[in-house]
Amino acid sequence: MSRRIVASPTSWLIWGAVAFFLINLAGVIASVVVNSFGERWFDTWLPSGWTTQWYATAWTEFGLLNVMVVTLEVAVLVVGISVLVGVPASYVLARRSFPGRRLVYLLFLLPILMPPITYGIPLATVLYKYGFAGHLTGVVLANLVPSIPFVILTMTPFIEQIDPAIERAARMCGAKTWQIFARILAPLLVPGILAASILVLVRTVGMFELTFLTAGPDSQTLVVALYYSMSAAGIRAQQSVDAMAVLYTASMLVLLVIALRFVNPTQLVARVKEDPD
Amino acid sequence: MTGFDELRLDGVRRRFGGQDALAGLSLTIRRGEFIALLGPSGCGKSTALNCLAGLLPLSEGSIWQDGARLDTLPPEKRGFGMVFQSYALFPHLSVRKNIAFGLQMRRLPRDEVRRRTDQALSLVRLEEHAKKLPGQLSGGQQQRVAIARAVVLEPSLVLMDEPLSNLDAKLRLEMRTEIRRLHQTLGLTTVYVTHDQEEALSLADRLVVLRDGRVEQIGTPEDLHERPANRHVADFMGYRNLLPMKVKAVHGPVVAVEGSGLTLEGTAVGPLSPGDDVVAGIRPEDLHEGGSGVPVTVEVVEYQGRELAVEARTQSGDAVHLRAATRPAPGDQITVTAAPARVLVFPS
Amino acid sequence: MTRTQTRLAVRHRLAERGVDRQLWLLVPGLACVLALFVYPFAYGIGLSFQPAEGGVFGAYRAFFADAYQRDTIATTLSLSLPAAILNVAASVPIAYRMRGRFRGKRLLTTVLVVPITLGTVLTAEGLLNYLGPAGWFNRLLFFVDEPIRLTNNYWGVFFSLVITGFPFAFLLILSYLSGIDPTLERAAATLGAGRRQRFQRITLPLLAPGLATTFCLTFVLAFSVFPSAVLVGDPAGTTRVISIAAYHAAYEVYDYSLGSAIAVVMGVVELLVVAIVLGLRSLLYTGSTGGKG
Repeated sequence: MSRRIVASPTSWLIWGAVAFFLINLAGVIASVVVNSFGERWFDTWLPSGWTTQWYATAWTEFGLLNVMVVTLEVAVLVVGISVLVGVPASYVLARRSFPGRRLVYLLFLLPILMPPITYGIPLATVLYKYGFAGHLTGVVLANLVPSIPFVILTMTPFIEQIDPAIERAARMCGAKTWQIFARILAPLLVPGILAASILVLVRTVGMFELTFLTAGPDSQTLVVALYYSMSAAGIRAQQSVDAMAVLYTASMLVLLVIALRFVNPTQLVARVKEDPD
Repeated sequence: MTGFDELRLDGVRRRFGGQDALAGLSLTIRRGEFIALLGPSGCGKSTALNCLAGLLPLSEGSIWQDGARLDTLPPEKRGFGMVFQSYALFPHLSVRKNIAFGLQMRRLPRDEVRRRTDQALSLVRLEEHAKKLPGQLSGGQQQRVAIARAVVLEPSLVLMDEPLSNLDAKLRLEMRTEIRRLHQTLGLTTVYVTHDQEEALSLADRLVVLRDGRVEQIGTPEDLHERPANRHVADFMGYRNLLPMKVKAVHGPVVAVEGSGLTLEGTAVGPLSPGDDVVAGIRPEDLHEGGSGVPVTVEVVEYQGRELAVEARTQSGDAVHLRAATRPAPGDQITVTAAPARVLVFPS
Repeated sequence: MTRTQTRLAVRHRLAERGVDRQLWLLVPGLACVLALFVYPFAYGIGLSFQPAEGGVFGAYRAFFADAYQRDTIATTLSLSLPAAILNVAASVPIAYRMRGRFRGKRLLTTVLVVPITLGTVLTAEGLLNYLGPAGWFNRLLFFVDEPIRLTNNYWGVFFSLVITGFPFAFLLILSYLSGIDPTLERAAATLGAGRRQRFQRITLPLLAPGLATTFCLTFVLAFSVFPSAVLVGDPAGTTRVISIAAYHAAYEVYDYSLGSAIAVVMGVVELLVVAIVLGLRSLLYTGSTGGKG
């Protein structure tokens, strides 16, 4: 493929803007990473020495092991439940037309279209009222609200890719509905389910507002613990907050790299435009 | 093979959003028959097939198999096999597993599954491809897998939904013969949907011509080819010249007609009287050049192997199609005639 | 007619309209959304009409009468609208350049997507470090006498919104652009359309619905700005956004009625913007883009 070597001025402008964004982004990230490994860093280009002690401090001071376990528990539960509930619903919405389909679709879209705080506050109030909030159950329930619609949206293009005649063929071969799901659809949907799971995982680990509103002291996920440690600045060394932030980002990055192996980002949301109005 | 003696469709009707996709199809299928449902796209032929398969619920009417009601059964309990236009092979299963799928659904013992799958594989000559995935096969091979998957269950009825439409012309001819051969050697009963009249005529024992959800004619290939019931069936059976005319005189079955710049004698289909508006149907191969016929002007000449297809215009400006043995030049004046027995006159 | 026949007939009629047993698959999902979204929301709306004092509309009156509270709407919009517009506007030309195949595309996409993993806190920390008075950015600007103040004010939050929002907008727009059949542009080229004309007359109109959706989703993301407004902003002053007000009312003052009322106002304002954008979108072409999408 041949390309022009001399780019037009607009090209330069655009790539320049990208470069500017990336350089500053690198600066933002690097400053945190450097700080988390630095000893003392005042008015100089780099810290005066290097150390890993902040990671040890962060690990013990913030009880990171516990936080990590909670984060994992929440994430796995949310992913599992939202896939179990979302995939069948997504199948029906992608394949069938029935009275009220648009209304149902809108209902599933609304939680994604609303800022989490707007429904998070009343949701947390209700969860506290019934005694769910303040521990793991509440956090999981709250995180299901955006996750189920997200699974539905992610799965729709995957389901639409499957020729409906394949299900009819299975039926003509004598397969019952559950057999079609177990033997034909489930294997074909594995890539989609993996994609949806990892994306929900990333979202849940990164979801601040809902977890913040419903978590108790023992059910904080990593983001929320981070927020608390940072807003209580002054008590803790800033470097150990940075160390924790680096840990968080590193784990998210791993998840994202895995996710990108399964999902082509350019195909991700090809279907959001379907029915939102 | 378990089978029926007779499968009866009784006023089968299917509506979509208040519109009739299929309006009252009544048909009796006898064991061992090859029936083709023929019609242009949107005529209701696929709807009919899906109703028969049980993939679409009926809006009205019923289906009976030797006196037992069938239309209330789900598709997996009817014991029919189906071949889809898109083949609908399970992309994650090998050829062997695709074919064995239905046998496994029936919970047959393992060695029987193996034996019958092997049989089906050799029947469609795909033994050496048994381990491949459908995506690794050519279109024709995929088609054969789809057929093997449908017939391995020894179904009482095989339904085929335009199975050859995704193949190229040469393969289509080969597979056509293959399908007819399988039908005969396995003693199948087949219902075959197509929009290709040549395919339908060459394969079927009986044809059902559908248009706008209604049955236009049911008959043997010869019936339809020689005696189309109306101008629509004629149109579908290759009567490319369908010319609006007026009846001049009626002499028993022979009528004299005039119009579109032509004067002809033809055979009446249905009662006609002088002054009626009619449509005269003539196949291009029955419209001959020469003699003391009507003058027309040649416009387009296409080479078609043994003969030439000619489009010409009558003096009134209507287009007529005919065959010629020698190549006329565009702009030439020629005369055309047709034998009265070969001109069908339909009421319009 | 016997009962079984009647039942069969009813089932047929329902099946014809697309209602059959398969729809049960929707039930768990619907139940979750109803119990965890619709019910709490309705409950919140109910709560917002039952303040401790001031009658049915007391909580709303309290919000709109107090300039300190009322202004949070304007503050939020002045942050989220420019951020969303910038994110979408910058994504279009970049994604447009990147829609073809070229070496290193996957790497570049991945790098542009990295900020999604950063999370608000690392972004906030990074911005404080990097843009702070002694940070690298101000060091590079050694020729300026006073360090430029870019954190703990409007700009800190704005940058944070761009860093988290841009990758998201970029990904979406890239996905919409790759859904447009490239032969359409080639066809336009054979008809004599230049680069600019091809973009303006072919690609842009086909992209418009996707742009509207992307804008809405990016806007929602920016509109709910909460942690960054606290951490890199000026949460008591210039970046006191509406979500801070709602959180403050509900969980620091424990006035659930006012908190719910603010959440409702927030939802209404947000849906209003979304409705306007989608309304504009419906005036444009909404059919297929000729591609796989």
